[in-house]
This record gives sequence, structure tokens and C-alpha cells, in this order.
Amino acid sequence: MAKTVDQYFDALQQTRVWRSVFRSGTGSSTLKRALAIQQNVFLHLFSTKVRTRMLSFSATWYLGTLTLGTFLILVATGIPLMLYYHPSVPQAYADTKDLQFVVSSGLFLRNLHRWSAHAMVFLVFAHMFKVFYRGAYRAPREFNWVMGVVLLLITLLLSYTGYLLPWDQLAYWAITVGSNIASAVPLVGEKIHFLLLGGNAVNANALLRFYVLHCMILPLTAIFFVAIHFWRIRKDGGLYAHFSEPSVLRIQGAKPSTSRKTSETWGTPSPVALASGKEAK
Amino acid sequence: MADSKDFIAGVDSNAKKSPRRIVFVTRRTSAQVKAETEDQMQTFPEALFRAAVAIMTLAVVLIWTALLFNAPLEGLADPSHTPNPAKAPWYFLGLQELLHYFPPVVAGVLIPGLVVMALIVIPYFKVNIEADGLFQKDREKRLRIFYIVAGALSLFLLVYKSHLYNYVLGIKGDAEPLYAGLVPSLIVAGLMTLASRSSSQSPSPLRRYLAGRPLSYWVMTWFLFELVVLTVIGTFFRGPGWSWVWPWQGS
Repeated sequence: MAKTVDQYFDALQQTRVWRSVFRSGTGSSTLKRALAIQQNVFLHLFSTKVRTRMLSFSATWYLGTLTLGTFLILVATGIPLMLYYHPSVPQAYADTKDLQFVVSSGLFLRNLHRWSAHAMVFLVFAHMFKVFYRGAYRAPREFNWVMGVVLLLITLLLSYTGYLLPWDQLAYWAITVGSNIASAVPLVGEKIHFLLLGGNAVNANALLRFYVLHCMILPLTAIFFVAIHFWRIRKDGGLYAHFSEPSVLRIQGAKPSTSRKTSETWGTPSPVALASGKEAK
Repeated sequence: MADSKDFIAGVDSNAKKSPRRIVFVTRRTSAQVKAETEDQMQTFPEALFRAAVAIMTLAVVLIWTALLFNAPLEGLADPSHTPNPAKAPWYFLGLQELLHYFPPVVAGVLIPGLVVMALIVIPYFKVNIEADGLFQKDREKRLRIFYIVAGALSLFLLVYKSHLYNYVLGIKGDAEPLYAGLVPSLIVAGLMTLASRSSSQSPSPLRRYLAGRPLSYWVMTWFLFELVVLTVIGTFFRGPGWSWVWPWQGS
């Protein structure tokens, strides 16, 4: 009898090579599924379980997930774009033209990179406002909110530095207008402007600086902060579950603790809760 | 108020496992208190599968966008030829619109700096943790403060760069009243006034909703409203010399 695909996959998972790569082993038990997250260097940033309620679309609109999605698309399209691009004047513009008209799928790559970048900026803002209106910045998630603001600024800088790279009129004057704002900073404005551009005006030095920032420094910084951002979701108790919060229950006119739920709700307070309760007085 | 206790008491019932202890949670806003246990799912595969579907849906949308619409590419950069208007990327056009009204040090440095600072410190101020409706406590006092702040802000936005302002200060040139700032402010102030006249017993769901909104909600909503309005104006309604154009007029 011919084996099914599943059986081949099961057999594959039993091989020594597979077992040497994936530490958690095979199986669909709850333990194995938890280990699949916990024993993986990337996935262990996340918790092994999620509240069912938080997986519904209305809870988060998946805005954080979608932002990660745009970032992945931007990395995947950005790397091949780098292969066809020289950060020099005026070669940068010729390379962009080549991407449009010569390179196979170059136009598609550039389009996808550009629209994904706009989508990412929009999604980061949307994510921030959604988190705010859900009240998900509240303790103990304060620091993760701050990480989010840092990631917002990194996203804006990533998009802004990428804007110059085609070296066309649109890019050149947008960066000129934007960088002139830096000059308005009291006392050190001109110095910041010079540092950013590597000169007094947008020129070849500025293009090289923006290229290095856009392709090296800012993506690595973003990955660093994204890792902290994800890890803190787990450490801070998972996705913020809005309607179980006492403050929200009170707003809705419900009693936060009924006699039946008392032991469940208030059974094991952390020392932090006790401390913060005292402070609030 | 009948429910005037400012704490909730709870007792750990399992005395065998842990010593009996009593918890006082004052103000009922601490998020560290363990919520009641509820249904959970394994991250693998349920949550990861949903995330993958979400990302793939997004990818399909973006790929279709990339196939149908080309990214803009203009002529070679030419420092000697300034386009009119020269616009920043869209997410900075709110700022560029502000630069039209205020000196660069205010619109380009002070306001964005304050916005970023304000965003960072949101979770560290108790006023932003409060989940009570703004006008539910200290109604009279809060109403007075609200009227003074909203009045002063509206007056400033009405007068700044208006004909009167230019006349009094002897400024030559066209008046540029800050309607982009004034109109959203008035709308939000109107909604706040409505909220102050509503309560959790109001018949309409909208008024019940508004009555329960805390101060942080109003400030953020005003900020979001202004951000959207200024960005849309900067993107679609500004032409040569940053003059007002209608989107259908072209350039």
C-alpha cells in the first residue's frame, strides 16, 4: 500500500537528522506543542499558550502581526534590490531606471518594496492607536509601550532614509525639505544637519549615509527592538486581555469580584500587585 | 455613591497550599492582579497558523498592489531645479503643514519633540491609567477647567494668523487662519461637552459610551484627529507655494 504524505512526513520526523535539528521531537500532544515554541530559538520569544479570546480578529485586528508581515516582505524584497543598486551619484538613478526597465521583475520588486514600506508606516500607527484605545499600555506593559514608540521612530527613519535612494527629483527634494527641519533645532541644529547629510546639502555623501542607515544600521536596530518587543509580551503576561481587567469591569457596571469568582480572581496576587496597591493610596 | 469603597478585598481560600492572606487592591486599576482563568490555546499551531494566514493575506494584497500600481520615479535629482511644491513623504506632511503656520523651531522641533515625549510617558502617569469617565468625578471643577482650556485653545486657533492678528501686529501679506487646527478641536470639544451632559444612564448608546471616556481618551482622540486632518491637507490640498488647491484641480 502506498504511503500517504503524512506518513512520509512522520517517517522524516523520526530520522536522526531531523531529531538533531529540532530539539522538541515529534507528536501532537500538548507538551510537544508547547515544546515546539519553547525549544525554538525564534519562537521562544512567544508564550506557549494564548488566550482564545485574544485570537479573535476584533481583539487586536492582527495589526502587530501584519506590521511584522510588512517588515518580512521588506527584508525579502530589499535584499535582491541591493544586488542591483550602487549608492553613488548619478549611478543610483541609473540603477533605479534599470530596475524599472531592464532587470527581470525589477519593477515588481521595487513596487512591492515601496508599497510595503508605506503599508508598514500606516500599520505601525494603526497598531499604536489600537493598543492605546484598548488600554494595553497599562502596567506591567509600560516598558513595552516605550519599546513600541522607539520602533515607531525607527520605522519612520527607515522609510525616510529609503526615500532618498532612487535619487530622483521626488527623493532629492523630499529629503531636502525634511532635513532642513533638523537645522531648526536651537544651537546644534546646523551640526545635526551636517552630521545627517555629511555636508551642507543633500549630495553623494548623504546618499551613502542614508544607504548605510537604511540597509544596515536601522534594520539591525529594528530587529533588536522587535525581539525585545515580542519577548516582553510574554514576560508581561501575554496579550492584554481587555475585559477581564477590574477597571474595565467597573466601567461596564459589572462587579469586579463576585463571591463565586473571588478565589479565582484574587487568589494568587503577585507581590507587585500588593506593592502597587499600597502605592496607589 | 453607594459603591464608595476604594478597595476590593479578596481571600485566598487554599490554606493548605499557602498561608491565608488578604489582598487590598486600591483603586482597582492594577493590571498585575491575576485575572480569572480562561480558555487558552496552544501558540503552536493555532496562533501561528492564524498569524501566517494574516501575513499571507497581507502579502496577496500588497503583491496585487505592486502588480497594478507602479512606484513613482521622476527625473534625475537636480539641485538647481526646485519643484513647486516640494513635499516630504506623506507621513511628514502633517508636520510640513504645521511648518506653514509656525516658525520651524516650533513646528519642526518643539511640537514633534513634545509629541514623542508625551507618547513615551503615557503609561507612567496615573491620569492615563484612570478608566473613569472624565466628568464622573469632581464634575463642576473639571467642567470649569475644560471650558477654560478649550476656550483658550479655540481662541488662539481662531486669532492666530487671522486678518485681525495681521492688522494688529502690522503684518503685510495674506492671513492664514488655522482652520485645520480649529475645526477638529471644536468637534472634539463639542463631543466632550456632550459627554459632560451624559451619564451611564443616558438612553442613547453613543452618549453612554462618551460619558465613560477618560481624559487620556479625549487627548489622544484630539491628537489623532489633528494628525489625520493635517496629513490629508498636506497631501491632497496643497499646491504651488503651499497654496490651497482642490484635489481635482491637478497641478
